[in-house]
Amino acid sequence: MQALFLLSLLEGAFGTIVLSILTFICGGAVGFVVALARLSPIRPIALAAAAYIQIFQGIPLLVQMGLAYFGPILLGIDSIPPLGAATLAMSIFASAYLGQIWYGCLLSVAKPQWEAAETLGLNRWQRMTRVILPQSIRIATPPSVGFMVIIVKNTSVSSLVVGYHELTYNAKIINNATFEPFLYFGLAGLLYFMICYPLSVQSRSLERKFNVAHR
Amino acid sequence: MEYEFDFKAVLAYGPLFSQGAWTTLVLTFWATLAGFSFGTVCAVGRTSGPRWLQALVGAYVEIIRNTPLLIQAYFLIFGLASIGIRLPIMVGVVLAMVVNIGSYTTEVMRAGIESIKRGQLEAAECLGFSRAQTFLHVILKPAMERVYPSLVSLYVLLMLGSSVLSAVGVEELFGISNRVQSATYRNFEVFIVLGAIYLALTLVLRGVFWGLGQVLFPRRRKLGTAL
Repeated sequence: MQALFLLSLLEGAFGTIVLSILTFICGGAVGFVVALARLSPIRPIALAAAAYIQIFQGIPLLVQMGLAYFGPILLGIDSIPPLGAATLAMSIFASAYLGQIWYGCLLSVAKPQWEAAETLGLNRWQRMTRVILPQSIRIATPPSVGFMVIIVKNTSVSSLVVGYHELTYNAKIINNATFEPFLYFGLAGLLYFMICYPLSVQSRSLERKFNVAHR
Repeated sequence: MEYEFDFKAVLAYGPLFSQGAWTTLVLTFWATLAGFSFGTVCAVGRTSGPRWLQALVGAYVEIIRNTPLLIQAYFLIFGLASIGIRLPIMVGVVLAMVVNIGSYTTEVMRAGIESIKRGQLEAAECLGFSRAQTFLHVILKPAMERVYPSLVSLYVLLMLGSSVLSAVGVEELFGISNRVQSATYRNFEVFIVLGAIYLALTLVLRGVFWGLGQVLFPRRRKLGTAL
C-alpha cells in the first residue's frame, strides 16, 4: 500500500514538473513581449505593458486561476481542461514577473551601448538583437532561473481552483486516506526541495559567475 | 453563447467581502510583525552567531525557501494536530506565515546587516556606544533602511500569498469567496470582484508601508536617495 502512495507522490511531482516547464515556456514568451512592450517608444503600448505588470503582480495567483478557469465562458467555452487552465493562469502570473525582471535587465545595459550601436548605424532591430539582447541575457539568466523556483512552488495552488493533480494535491489525498500528515506532507516537502534546491543553487552560482565576468 | 454578467448578486455580499478583506489584513499584520522580528533575530544569528547556529539558520532558510507555503501550512497545522497540539486556526495560520516569511526576511536582513561597513562599528565603539546601542542605531536601523523596499515587496507578496491558506479552513478574503460562489453561482464575477479587492489591498498596503517608511527613515526622506 505504501509503495502505491509513494508512486502517487512521484506522479504528483511529475505533474508539478510538467506544469512548471509549460509555465516557464509560455510565461517566458509572453513576459519577453511584455518587457519589449514596456520599452516601446509608443507611449500607450509602454503604459499598457506597465499596467499589465502592475495588475497581475497585484492579484494573487489563486484569483488568476479562477479567472483563467471561468473566463473562457466569455468565448462560449464551457469547460477548459485543468492542465490548460493551470498553464494559462500560471503563464499570465509568470509573464508579469518575468516581464518585470527582463525589463529591468534590458534597461540595465549601459546607455552608452545603445548610443554606440546607434553611432555604428545599426537600426532599432539590429541594436536590440545584436547589442542589447546578448548582454542582457547574461544579466537576466540568474534571476530567471531563481524565478523557476517560485513557479515550481506556486504550482502547489493549482489544485485548489482548477483541480489539476500535482504534488500537493496528491499529498493531500494520501493524507486524507492515511491521516499521517507528518510523513506524507513531509515527503511532499522533500520532493519540492529536491526539485527547487538545485535551481536555487544554480541561480546563485550563475550570479557569481556572471558577476566575476562583469568585473 | 453570449455570457451575461451579473455583478449585482455578487456585490450584495459586500459586507462578507469586507469581513474577509479585514481578516486578510489582520493575518498579514500579525505575520508581518512576528515574521520581521523572527527573521531579524535569525539574520543576526546567521551573521554573528556561533557556527552551529549559522548552519541551523542556513538550513531553515533553504528548506523554507524551497518548499511551498501550502505544504508548510498543511505540515504545521495538520501535522501538529496529529501529535495532539491543536492550535486555534488563526494562530496556526499565522504560525505558518511567520515560519514562511521569516526565512525570506532572514535573507534580506542578512544582506542589509552585511552591507554595514566595519568602520561604522569601530566608530560606534570609539563613541562609547554600548553593544545594545551599537546594534540598534548602527546595525539594525541602517540595515533596515537599506533593505526597506525589498521588505515591503515581501510583505505585500505575503498578503497575496495568504489566499492559499483558505485551503486549511481560514475564512480570509479568498475563503469567503467560496461561500459567495456557492450562494450565487456567479463564479467568474466573484473572481473579478476578488481581483479588484486584492488589487486595492495591494495599493493600500504599499501606501501604508510608504508612509511608515517616511516616518521611520526621515533621513532618507530629506536626502531623497536610497542611501
